[in-house]
Amino acid sequence: MALIDLSNREVHCKIVYYGPGRCGKTTNLMYIYNAMNSAARGKMLTIETKGDRTLFFDLLPLNLGKIKGFDIKIQLYTVPGQTIYHATRKLVLKGVDGIVFVADSLRVRRAKNIESLEDLKRNLKEYNLDIKSLPLVMQYNKRDLGKIGIPLLDTAELESDLNRELRVPSFCASATKGYGVFETLKAISKMTVRYVATKHLAGNQKSKKMGGPTRERRQRQRLS
Amino acid sequence: MSDIILTGPVLDKARDWINRALVNAGVHTVLLIDHAGNIVVRCGHSRTNFDLTSFAALAAANFGATAQMAQLIGEDDFSLLFHKGKKDSIHFAKVGNDMILISIFGDDVSLGLVRLRVAELTRNMAKLFGLDKINGTY
Repeated sequence: MALIDLSNREVHCKIVYYGPGRCGKTTNLMYIYNAMNSAARGKMLTIETKGDRTLFFDLLPLNLGKIKGFDIKIQLYTVPGQTIYHATRKLVLKGVDGIVFVADSLRVRRAKNIESLEDLKRNLKEYNLDIKSLPLVMQYNKRDLGKIGIPLLDTAELESDLNRELRVPSFCASATKGYGVFETLKAISKMTVRYVATKHLAGNQKSKKMGGPTRERRQRQRLS
Repeated sequence: MSDIILTGPVLDKARDWINRALVNAGVHTVLLIDHAGNIVVRCGHSRTNFDLTSFAALAAANFGATAQMAQLIGEDDFSLLFHKGKKDSIHFAKVGNDMILISIFGDDVSLGLVRLRVAELTRNMAKLFGLDKINGTY
C-alpha cells in the first residue's frame, strides 16, 4: 500500500524482508544501515529482541533520491522468522509493496525455507494478494559458510525448492560479509518503484490530462 | 483493500477539524496514520523533535498487536488505546477500519476532554473520508 503524496511529491513504498528464523533478515538491514550514507538513511528501529531474534520487526527508512521529480522513500521491514510469531509476521505484511525472501543456504534449514515460503503465500492470500503479482526477489544467504565446511544447499537445489514456479530474480549473498546485499536491495527497489508507478502513477497521469483530481491545489493520494 | 483517494480540500477540512477539536484544546501533536504506518496528516506543535517515521510504524504495529489480543479474548478489536506517561500521554482511536488518529498531550489536558473530542472527530472523519461506506462497519 504505497503512499503517494502529490503535494510534497513523495512516494513511500514498503519492502518486507521475509524468511525463516535466523536466516539473516536483520543482518541484511544492519549491513545496509552501516554501509549507507547517513543522509540517505533514517534511524534503524529494532524492537526489543530476546537474544539475537527479532520479536516484532526492524525498520530502516531509506531515501533513494528523485525519479521524475518524485522523492522515492522506501521503508525496509523485517519479520520475526520463528513459526510461533505467525500473527506478528502477518501484521508486518500489511500494506507491503515488495518482498525479499531471504532463504537460509544451510542444508539443515531446507524444510524451514519451504515452510516459510508457504507461510508467506498464505499470509499474502489473507490480504487478497497474490505472490506472483507482487515484486519479489529471492536471496540465498550465508553462501560464505560453504568455505568453512558447513554443508550448504547448492543454488540449483534452492532454485528448485523455492523459485521453480515463481521464477523471480535471485541473488547469492552473505549478509555478514555484505556481498549480494546491495544487489538484492537494488533489484527489489527497482521492481517495487516500477510496480507502484505503473499501478498508480500511470493512472494519475491520465487523470491529469483529463483534468481530473490532480488539479487540486494539494492532494494526497493513499493507495492500497 | 480498496484504494482510497484523499483530495486536497478533504485533507484541509480534516486538518481544520483536528485543529479546532484537539490542537485548540491543548493537544500538542495529532497524527492521522494508516494501518501500514504511513503518516497521512500531521497537526499541532510537537514539544520535542521525535522520529515520526518510527513513531508511526510503531503506532500501527501497536494497534495491530492489540487487535490480535482482542480477537484472542473474543473481541473484534479495541477501538481506542491510551498510554499514560509522566508528562505526556498518547491516545489512539480508529477512524473507520483503515486509519488511526493519534493524539499526544500533556498532563494539563484532561483525558475526558480528549476522549470526547476524539469520539466526535473520528465519526465525522470516517464519513468525510468515506471510510464508513467502504467498510460499512464503523
